[in-house]
Amino acid sequence: MLTVEDVQLSFGGVKALSGVSVEAAKGRITAVIGPNGAGKTSLFNVISGFYKPQSGRVVLDGEDITRLKPHARAYRGMSRTFQNIALFSGMTVLDNVKLGAHTRLTGGVLSSGLRLPSSRREEAELDAEIRRDVLGMLELDRVQNSHVEDLPYGLQKRVELARALVMRPKILLLDEPVAGMNREEKREMGRFVTDVRDRLNTTVLLIEHDMGMVMGISDHIVVLSFGKPIASGTPERIRQDPDVIKAYLGGAEDAADDKAA
Amino acid sequence: MNAFHFFIEYSIVGIASGGVYALIALGIVVIFKSSQTFNFAMGEMMMLSAYLFYTAAVTFSLGILAGMVAALLGSIVLALVIERVALRPMMGRPFIAIVMVTFGIGSIIRGVVGMIWGPNDLQIPAILARTPVLIGDFFIPGKTARAAAIAVCIVLALILYLRYSRAGVALRAAAADTITAASMGIDVRRVVAFTWVIAAITGCISGVLMANVNTLTPHLGVVALNVLAVIILGGMNSIGGVLVAGVIIGWLEAVTGLILGTEFREITPYILALLVLLVRPTGLFGSRGIERI
Repeated sequence: MLTVEDVQLSFGGVKALSGVSVEAAKGRITAVIGPNGAGKTSLFNVISGFYKPQSGRVVLDGEDITRLKPHARAYRGMSRTFQNIALFSGMTVLDNVKLGAHTRLTGGVLSSGLRLPSSRREEAELDAEIRRDVLGMLELDRVQNSHVEDLPYGLQKRVELARALVMRPKILLLDEPVAGMNREEKREMGRFVTDVRDRLNTTVLLIEHDMGMVMGISDHIVVLSFGKPIASGTPERIRQDPDVIKAYLGGAEDAADDKAA
Repeated sequence: MNAFHFFIEYSIVGIASGGVYALIALGIVVIFKSSQTFNFAMGEMMMLSAYLFYTAAVTFSLGILAGMVAALLGSIVLALVIERVALRPMMGRPFIAIVMVTFGIGSIIRGVVGMIWGPNDLQIPAILARTPVLIGDFFIPGKTARAAAIAVCIVLALILYLRYSRAGVALRAAAADTITAASMGIDVRRVVAFTWVIAAITGCISGVLMANVNTLTPHLGVVALNVLAVIILGGMNSIGGVLVAGVIIGWLEAVTGLILGTEFREITPYILALLVLLVRPTGLFGSRGIERI
């Protein structure tokens, strides 16, 4: 589905990524983990198009998208959430989520501006679909008319996930989806991400810090350290990989939860 | 004719001139909203548009309608060239550097217009009828009333368009957060270029209207500086604010001119703008976090 092939990225003399390859298999949850400064965010920005790598490729569904701009990637089915809340305040949950459908609306600049029947019908259908599929699944239906800034943090993150899903992405990128969450919110978010995979069959690539979350929900894990991939495999394999334990877990497995907090 | 009658009559005339202010202000606000660029060349863009209209309508004798279309097209092309060549490479640079670029563009336009068309007044074909408009027994100069009616209609149409169209949604999203907007498929550069097109349209129409009410000279653009007060009062990033603020400033100018004398006309808007900046820097309708100039 999405592959990152041998990407090199440097800023001046600093190598942020060297020889990084990741494959996110269709309908699976793939996680990229690593300590702070390992290059997770750089990799995420290469995939979403905000950084251009010096060499290597990003391929989505067989198409080389390495040089495409972020908005063009959205049109090819790439959607994402942000590490920090990036919702539009002053707008309701439903309106925020609807913004995610920008790439799907066909109404042109004029017809939607003039509120022609065709674009109004399109919008009504979209509202119904959002309520039925996305808000229902993410248990946001009860707050759909609240202003986003009035919601607790965990719910705001869920609204972001909803907005990303409305795009009907082929690949969903999650940038530290549980950063700053409490234990309960983390568990809920983990459940929603696996729901997205199981019920919508969406391919998910997530960057995460929190080992508990990653081990619990991922099908495949890639570990980065100092901009290089040091291991990849199933959660069980990663848990036992001596390099990973040395680089990231600091030798003790229960350190994971402390790190997460 | 008593004093009250005069007051009302001046008020109506003032409010009418506020309509054109709103039109000019709208062009400045949309660009500010999309790219945090304060376009000091707006007045010169207006003025050049009026010269384009003159050239198309008179020199090439295309007539008023075709002349207006030609002026609009010319203004749009020019605005897109300015955006692409001078402003886009400045994206992400300090605010003051970008402001200086727009100042420079303004000076260049003024100089070039002087070279091509000369410094003298030109008479553009009258598109506004002179016959005065009577509201009750209040007497409004015909050109001012008609210019205001046209300006207000266009401002309202643009406000509604920017409120409900997808382009308007894209503009608001890009204004709030460019990275998120891009991730949702919104091409932020295109949004910025789009706002320059809007500014070209409002500039062209207001330029031709102003040249009709007054005459056409290379100094026509100075009026855009009066609009600064409108923008500060309305809020730099508030599209709806321009209309209310335009009307308030227009009214204030006329009324202070009547009561305190014409020399006060020029300074009152700036005194009000200064007060607004001290008391409520975001203006009446602007959102928080906008940069002051």
